Amino acid sequence: MIINSQGLDPREINELIRTAKEKSIVLNNCLGQRFIGSGLGKKEISINGIPGNALGAYLNGASITVNGNAQDAVGDTMDSGEIVIHGSAGDAAGYSMRGGEIYIKNNAGYRAGVHMKEYKQKKPVIVIGGRAGSFLGEYQAGGIIIVLGLNSDGRPIVSNFPCTGMHGGKMILRGELPSIHFPHQTTSHTADENDFAQFAPFIKKYCNYFGADYEKLINDKYTVITPDSKNPYKQMYVSN
Amino acid sequence: MKQNPLDYIIPESEVVRNITRCVNCRICEKQCPNEVHKFNEKLNCMTADESLCVNCQRCVATCPAHALKIQKNECAFRENHNWKSDNIKEIYKQARTGGVLLSSMGNPNKFPVYFDRILINASQVTNPSVDPLREPMETRVFLGKKPGEIRRDPDGNIIPELPVHLELSMPVMFSAMSYGSISYNAHKSLAAAAKELGIFYNTGEGGLHEDFYCYADNTVVQVASGRFGVHEKYLDSAAAIEIKMGQGAKPGIGGHLPGTKIIGDVSATRMIPEGSDAISPAPHHDIYSIEDLRQLVYSLKEATQYKKPIIVKVAAVHNIAAIAAGIARSGADIIAIDGFRGGTGAAPTRIRDNVGIPIELALAAVDTRLREEGTRNNVSLIVGGSIRSAADVVKAIALGADACYIATAALIALGCHLCRTCGSGKCSWGIATADLVKRLDPEEGARRLVNLMRAWKHEIKEMMGGMGINSIEALCGNRLMLRGVNLTEKELEILGIYHAGE
Amino acid sequence: MKAGELMKLEGEIRIPSGCAVSAMISKEGRRVSGQKIIESMIPMHERSNGLGGGFAGYGIYPDFKDFYAFHIFFNDKYIIEECEKILKDRFEIVKSENIPIRKIPEITDVPYIKRYFLAPLASVLARLQIDEKEYVVRTVMDINTKIKGAYVFSSGKNMGTFKAVGYPEDVGRFYRLDEYEAYSWTAHGRYPTNTPGWWGGAHPFGLLDYTVVHNGEISSYDANRRYIEMFGYKCTLQTDTEVITYIADYLLRRKGLTLNETASVIAAPFWTTIQQKPQREAARLEFLRKAFPSLLITGPFSIILGFSGGLMALNDRLKLRSMVTAQKGDTVYIASEEAAIRRMEPEISDIYAPAGGEPVIVKVEEGKY
Repeated sequence: MIINSQGLDPREINELIRTAKEKSIVLNNCLGQRFIGSGLGKKEISINGIPGNALGAYLNGASITVNGNAQDAVGDTMDSGEIVIHGSAGDAAGYSMRGGEIYIKNNAGYRAGVHMKEYKQKKPVIVIGGRAGSFLGEYQAGGIIIVLGLNSDGRPIVSNFPCTGMHGGKMILRGELPSIHFPHQTTSHTADENDFAQFAPFIKKYCNYFGADYEKLINDKYTVITPDSKNPYKQMYVSN
Repeated sequence: MKQNPLDYIIPESEVVRNITRCVNCRICEKQCPNEVHKFNEKLNCMTADESLCVNCQRCVATCPAHALKIQKNECAFRENHNWKSDNIKEIYKQARTGGVLLSSMGNPNKFPVYFDRILINASQVTNPSVDPLREPMETRVFLGKKPGEIRRDPDGNIIPELPVHLELSMPVMFSAMSYGSISYNAHKSLAAAAKELGIFYNTGEGGLHEDFYCYADNTVVQVASGRFGVHEKYLDSAAAIEIKMGQGAKPGIGGHLPGTKIIGDVSATRMIPEGSDAISPAPHHDIYSIEDLRQLVYSLKEATQYKKPIIVKVAAVHNIAAIAAGIARSGADIIAIDGFRGGTGAAPTRIRDNVGIPIELALAAVDTRLREEGTRNNVSLIVGGSIRSAADVVKAIALGADACYIATAALIALGCHLCRTCGSGKCSWGIATADLVKRLDPEEGARRLVNLMRAWKHEIKEMMGGMGINSIEALCGNRLMLRGVNLTEKELEILGIYHAGE
Repeated sequence: MKAGELMKLEGEIRIPSGCAVSAMISKEGRRVSGQKIIESMIPMHERSNGLGGGFAGYGIYPDFKDFYAFHIFFNDKYIIEECEKILKDRFEIVKSENIPIRKIPEITDVPYIKRYFLAPLASVLARLQIDEKEYVVRTVMDINTKIKGAYVFSSGKNMGTFKAVGYPEDVGRFYRLDEYEAYSWTAHGRYPTNTPGWWGGAHPFGLLDYTVVHNGEISSYDANRRYIEMFGYKCTLQTDTEVITYIADYLLRRKGLTLNETASVIAAPFWTTIQQKPQREAARLEFLRKAFPSLLITGPFSIILGFSGGLMALNDRLKLRSMVTAQKGDTVYIASEEAAIRRMEPEISDIYAPAGGEPVIVKVEEGKY
């Protein structure tokens, strides 16, 4: 089904998507409408234009492809499913994501993966092809954030203050990156075989979606950052 | 000798010993410098003379059997809300001796504590709070003048020259306490803690012991009316120089360290002979007017080649706003204001309890006046006089202070139990004493001070974060972050804050 | 109930607001109608709540470009007389007229809205021995604080601010901005928490040719306000936008800072970030932070500062509000959301999201405005 979203508000668009008999839906002329695919189950949406904030929030198994950029809070509290962005994402992509996968061809703004978390088999993944803004993986409590740094604008793979408050999960950045300052409650190491086994499939998927050179990417070195403790602030308090 | 019953003053405290717990180990006897506890050989038990007890809690804390309690003495005069027990006792003391009453530590009376009537804001919805554990949160402050005109080089680049200033990792520093009034180990604790914390301690007016010259980068040296121990090396061994005009506990009053305390190192440090009283005149006799202050400020700047900021410390008195406005035009870089609750080793009771005004009101009035005058940039403001917690610090900063001075809180961290008998020289905790100095381990003292300040810093960050503020300069003078409860219109007007609910 | 009868007006209380901002500027100084900027606010409708919208246009009064253009709201016509007396005492009134409006049902409770083209009286200037701009600023402050019911909301040369209570797209139509041409436009849709009660509270806020549109509620407000009021500014509206405008005027005009330096004061980098900079740059940043600590703005903001011949966009240093920019041909676009930019220019290829505290400065070529 094809929906022309021009002049439609978010509620009308989501209603059309939810009630559509077809599994696969194309959304044309999208311009800033928020909450598209909010809480959506098993459907496939392809978006032409610019979806508004909170695209795929609480996503519940649907897969969303954006043929362009996405704005802020993509996949907010997403539970399962997949969001593929053939462009860049705004700030706070994957905020509190609980499961599913987000693939961003180019850059992510500030606070990507803020407070991502995992529970049992649910492990969210974000792959960012270009660079990430400041506070990448802030409070990260689980899941995997991968940044490939394929941007060509000469800016660093990640901006200031990555991993602040990280207390779970893994962050993987392409390159050895000795100049990046990670907070003291985290440890970084160069990716080993076990790490590769874990994250290579996601890089493979990224390459399939966006046509990057997998062989070349997988032969690079990667930096893996993990937290030292699940409860890094315990010693700060005294009962009164 | 027969005791005159009129001379018997009902002790404030009662020593309660749980006989079933007491094992007669006599530790209380050894620990008490006031000789309260005695072992009675005949009865084979410990006894106590509570008339000697100052309620320092040393015996309670050191009793291995937890057998001791010091309680308020139930024995009292007949209740009278006008003639309170203290009024009566003080008359007995004066009738017996003809003396001026002396007290230690700050004003203990029931005046309103404005800090306790001020509440702090937090962000909800319209703007975000900031998480101090994850996001950067800055508490670094700079004390001193702000540059006037922006100067540029021929290429148009700013010439980044700043007036001399102090840099603090957090907006708290240790206030003046002289060597002599507190012990060597107490000074050492303060100095070492200041160094580790990246803040400052203050020598007070008793000179600077040579052993502490190594802490120069974290030292404020004081120049008071008695000019004890003031010489070139002293001025050099400091990051800033404080001219002490007054003290919150005793505005308008000089100091008097009795000759009995001027012994050994204290004598050497003050550079006066052993046994000679150390008297600080009430005023500086080279300052009888505001223009004379300018002269002293600049004479000290000359002596230190304009490399060190000059602090002028004054007590919070009625006309404090005008006084501070005058100081802000005197060339001083920093004004320190000490509220009427500030502590002291000894002060005349009547002065301590009746002279001066609360620091909260003084601070608000001064900050407002300096802004009205457009001279707030000329000076930084430090306030002291009973800053008890991180919350008091946050409130003071929001009212307009750049930093706070703490002294009583620091002493409590070192073990002070506020028995308020510092003047006796028999401090059982090794702080205000020359005899029992070993009871205070300077390393442990420093560690406790560092712990206290780290905890406060975390708490300051928590409160700032709640307000959505991530740098202390955005809190400074940000009075909209405060609301008053149980305050009159006039009090709110002076504090420059709204009532809660407004 | 009519707002203002029982409730406090904006200025008597502080009203936090959320918002949408957008802007466009031609580096060649090409003047375009206000139609596009009005449309840019439509995809961001959700960011406003109908309680305030406004625009600023630069280059709109080429025939009067040497005169200060005052836009003034009046509550009633008696106040007009009173206010005009002040203007006549201090200025030659070159022209005065009602600002043309389009009557539309969405915009109600319309005050008297007039504009004046003014030339300062040389004799008064000479007597006071102050600079012309300072003279204009003082007049604006006097009218806005002393004459109840009169409010100067625009006071620059060859530019003007237009604002009202309503959604921005309606405000644009109301003021017939499609009939004006500007080389630079900024726009604002407001989401105040309370009813502002009157139109003066809408944005942009302007002083001389500086205008500010802003999104976010700053947490440093009172620290900033109490500092800036030392220098003769009076924050009558208690809004963030007002205090930010005064800060910009103070730093740029009175202290002579550059736009970049101004950005380094109000969105100063963290000390840890400064320490990592090369020594010269670190010294410059340290100086600015220490010289103007009370002008650091904390809390979320994205602002667009308009001035003659340019724009500066700036986010707070933690980047708590979103803002993106793009360029097509000689035109640079800035908005809270990419959708707004695409509404103005669908054929944008590259969208750029400036980092927190990173100013985006766009200037019209010298001589082209």
